[in-house]
Amino acid sequence: MTTATDTPQDLTAEQEQFDRLIAEDSRIEPRDWMPEAYRKTLTRQISQHAHSEIIGMQPEANWITRAPSLKRKAILMAKVQDEAGHGLYLYSAAETLGTTRDSMMADLIAGKARYSSIFNYPARTWADMGAIGWLVDGAAIANQVPLCRASYGPYGRAMVRICKEESFHQRQGFEILLELSNGTPAQKQMAQDAVNRWYAPSLMMFGPPDEDSPNSQQSMAWNIKRFSNDELRSRFVGMIVEQVKTLGLTLPDDQIRYNDATGRWEHGPLDWNEFKEVLAGRGPCNAQRMERRREAHDGGAWVREAAAAYAAKQAAKRADQRDMTVKAA
Amino acid sequence: MSESNASATRITPGNALRPEDIAASGVKPTGAVGEYALRLGDDALILAQRLGWWISRAPELEEDVALGNIALDQIGHARSFLTYAGHAWDKTEDDLAYFRGEDEFRSAHLVEQPNGDFARTIARQLVISQYQYDLYSRLVNSADATLAAIAAKAVKEVDYHRDHARQWVLRLALGTDESRRRMIEGILLTWPYVGELFEDDELVTSLDGVAVKPSSLRASFDAEIEALFSEAELEVPDVPASVGGGRQGRHSEHLGYILAEMQVLAREHPGATW
Amino acid sequence: MVSGSQTGDDGSKAPSAEQPDHPTAEPWPLWEVFVRSSRGLSHVHAGSLHAPDAEMAVRNARDLYTRRNEGVSLWVVPASAIIASDPDAKGQFFESPQGKDYRHATYYTKSEGVKHL
Repeated sequence: MTTATDTPQDLTAEQEQFDRLIAEDSRIEPRDWMPEAYRKTLTRQISQHAHSEIIGMQPEANWITRAPSLKRKAILMAKVQDEAGHGLYLYSAAETLGTTRDSMMADLIAGKARYSSIFNYPARTWADMGAIGWLVDGAAIANQVPLCRASYGPYGRAMVRICKEESFHQRQGFEILLELSNGTPAQKQMAQDAVNRWYAPSLMMFGPPDEDSPNSQQSMAWNIKRFSNDELRSRFVGMIVEQVKTLGLTLPDDQIRYNDATGRWEHGPLDWNEFKEVLAGRGPCNAQRMERRREAHDGGAWVREAAAAYAAKQAAKRADQRDMTVKAA
Repeated sequence: MSESNASATRITPGNALRPEDIAASGVKPTGAVGEYALRLGDDALILAQRLGWWISRAPELEEDVALGNIALDQIGHARSFLTYAGHAWDKTEDDLAYFRGEDEFRSAHLVEQPNGDFARTIARQLVISQYQYDLYSRLVNSADATLAAIAAKAVKEVDYHRDHARQWVLRLALGTDESRRRMIEGILLTWPYVGELFEDDELVTSLDGVAVKPSSLRASFDAEIEALFSEAELEVPDVPASVGGGRQGRHSEHLGYILAEMQVLAREHPGATW
Repeated sequence: MVSGSQTGDDGSKAPSAEQPDHPTAEPWPLWEVFVRSSRGLSHVHAGSLHAPDAEMAVRNARDLYTRRNEGVSLWVVPASAIIASDPDAKGQFFESPQGKDYRHATYYTKSEGVKHL
């Protein structure tokens, strides 16, 4: 049934079937045979994506209790709650590949799994809620829309649901910034400062430049990834360079220009060294984010155990009652 | 009173009533009705503020979402009640939430209590959701059409909150030894603040037909809790009731910290819009 | 036939996962969620979730999958209770209808143009 019992001949036939589905731009479903590397790549990517949603709740949850109006408080709560939901959709998709959510969570807590390094930056001011929504969610959406067509069915389906829900996230962020930009000088300053801080990290969310991203090629061949890191980044720069005008703010990059020859938007140099440092755990909030996740998970263990124990007791009780009925009959 | 009744045609119970609709209705309550709406709104607001903390910290991701829903419902109720209350004094929901001092708040001590562990939060949820459910079930018949309309939307939501709390009380009380110990402890810590919820005073007595007399809700509360506790093999604790006073602006020590956090940003930028 | 998914959708064919380094008791089982989006329509698979028991599963499903008015009714089913067809038996299961064009109205061309037929 599983790969262990397959003869080499079957494997070839299965590989051919897999290759044909990919070539037809069809979808791979959980029970289909798939190359081990495909399974691994997807499990890693989807679980990292799920972890990013869950860790990504923290910088914004940080402002729920301090949101400056009740309407904003409600919107922010709904948004952070959505992120928990998105994490759940993605963990479910990853689970279809044969890894349980528990073990993914254990990897995250043990520091063995990665998540988007952008969430290791602090959300210092209220304007960060705007910049995160506009730039970070914006970059995430640019990344995620093509993933709706990812070759792995459950991943694509999760992304469709997520993209539908995300569109409000980016808009609410944009509106926070717009409101601040049209507000008092102090508010406008707060907005500009947030854009300045989140601009470069959001561009780095698309991953290293194409020449330094060796895994991308295989992911594109498998129809998991549809566009290269640089393509997506350039497209995103093209979008925000226009949007920032409506905001009445500026991007902290005077080298943005459209290259007619390549048809791409170009931007100033990014500090990839910083990116690697943050990814390696040496960012401003890595330790804090992990500590919080660990506390919630470990601190909640007794609750999960209680619910499981209760379920077991109830099931046993029902079984007893059935036995009694049978005996009585 | 007649002003309040005028809204009956515009706000229909059951249609998703939003704070914006209430703001647009322009219906102006009397000062007394405004005062009463403040109590309802402040309970919901302070509870939402407490529950919001859990999002990203819950025992399981599914529970992050569940507690988030409950907090969102409460903030919705708070906005509706405060918007309506504000009309009495030409103030907005945010004027009331962010620019009142501690002694101007009308929340009960119960909702100000710390989250503690999950069991303590659930104990608090059990009490407040049963109370709010009984209260809103009656308030739908209020002579004040706006209060009745807010209650009509809220009652269905708090019915779900009540169910959520009850499910967890059963699981924690009958789950493991550890969870049972914690559930009992959570109930012990919560119960001193139950009594205050059911105290009548001059304001509610003067609003006959508009307000729901808290004392009239006690019997139903006791019966419901007793039935649940008997299933959960728990006992209603015999602990001395704490002296309340929240409805008159005399609060627990916790409220100052809650407000300091909630109001800090808004107060740094008075007059700003967000 | 293959039954008893522990990892969602219909992924039971996947190789079993490595054990986590610090497992915390039994994890909550997996449930598949089906949502009826409005009256007159079928329940459609929406996704999955974890819950300790059926009562909590249906509540979690409400919180997770109907936050935006997506449903009027929910089903939750233990993932382990779903019996799925075997993908390796695709030929014997799903290829038989091919070639049986006469089951489709379009097969009958001579009656084309005749009204109400």
